[in-house]
Amino acid sequence: MKQSHFARSQRMTIVTAILCIVSLIAVLQLWLLTATMEAYLGGNSAVVIPAALASAACFLLNFGLLHFYLRKLED
Amino acid sequence: MSDDKQKKRASVPNPDDTAKQPAWREQFPIDVADDEYRSRRDFTKLMGLTSLAFVAGQGYIVVESERKKARGPLPEMDIAGAGELAVGDAKVFHYPDPGDACVLVRVSESEHLAYGQKCTHLSCPVIPQPKEGKFHCPCHHGSFDLYTGEPLAGPPRRALPAVRLEVRDDRIIAVGMAENTA
Repeated sequence: MKQSHFARSQRMTIVTAILCIVSLIAVLQLWLLTATMEAYLGGNSAVVIPAALASAACFLLNFGLLHFYLRKLED
Repeated sequence: MSDDKQKKRASVPNPDDTAKQPAWREQFPIDVADDEYRSRRDFTKLMGLTSLAFVAGQGYIVVESERKKARGPLPEMDIAGAGELAVGDAKVFHYPDPGDACVLVRVSESEHLAYGQKCTHLSCPVIPQPKEGKFHCPCHHGSFDLYTGEPLAGPPRRALPAVRLEVRDDRIIAVGMAENTA
């Protein structure tokens, strides 16, 4: 089993911080999805593509946090 | 850390040495101290997947929107004769698809208006009430303005979709749906 560079308490702090950020971004995406759906059903399709791009950017941020930081924690 | 806890920790075999592990280690491979870290890390990964699901939802809306655009302009449809309805009367028709109920209302001698009949709250059919100047939804007592389709009261928050009309040769023709850019 590999030992992390970080102490156990440090790892907990880091993973909790990542969890908070990822959760906040997911809530933002939920709001974005409901707002886009509302606009699209109301006949306004102009916001659909910008909202999808914003949501994809949020996901990339989440993916980056998960991929790089969680991997770094366990290396 | 208390002495008891330190003793307990000392009694746990070295996890790196697989030969020295007791039998229960196979069923419980994670130390208590690591448990919270791992569950939090796994929950973080689940939130990451949730984030991906939201992107998939947005993608679905984009695909639906593009498919709608690719259909091109909506077909024209003859709805009624210009003098067919008396002032204050209404007629239900289906436009642009057979499942899309719409309602045509004659609001004055020279003016006809048409909207989708599905309430924007939960899709109940709205009933025109020209004398009161509104459409009424009997399900949750929502109402919409007769002249603009905007919601006036009750749970609906979006306007009724308006049908664009043209009068040609004394016939009322539906030529498309009005785009809402609000």
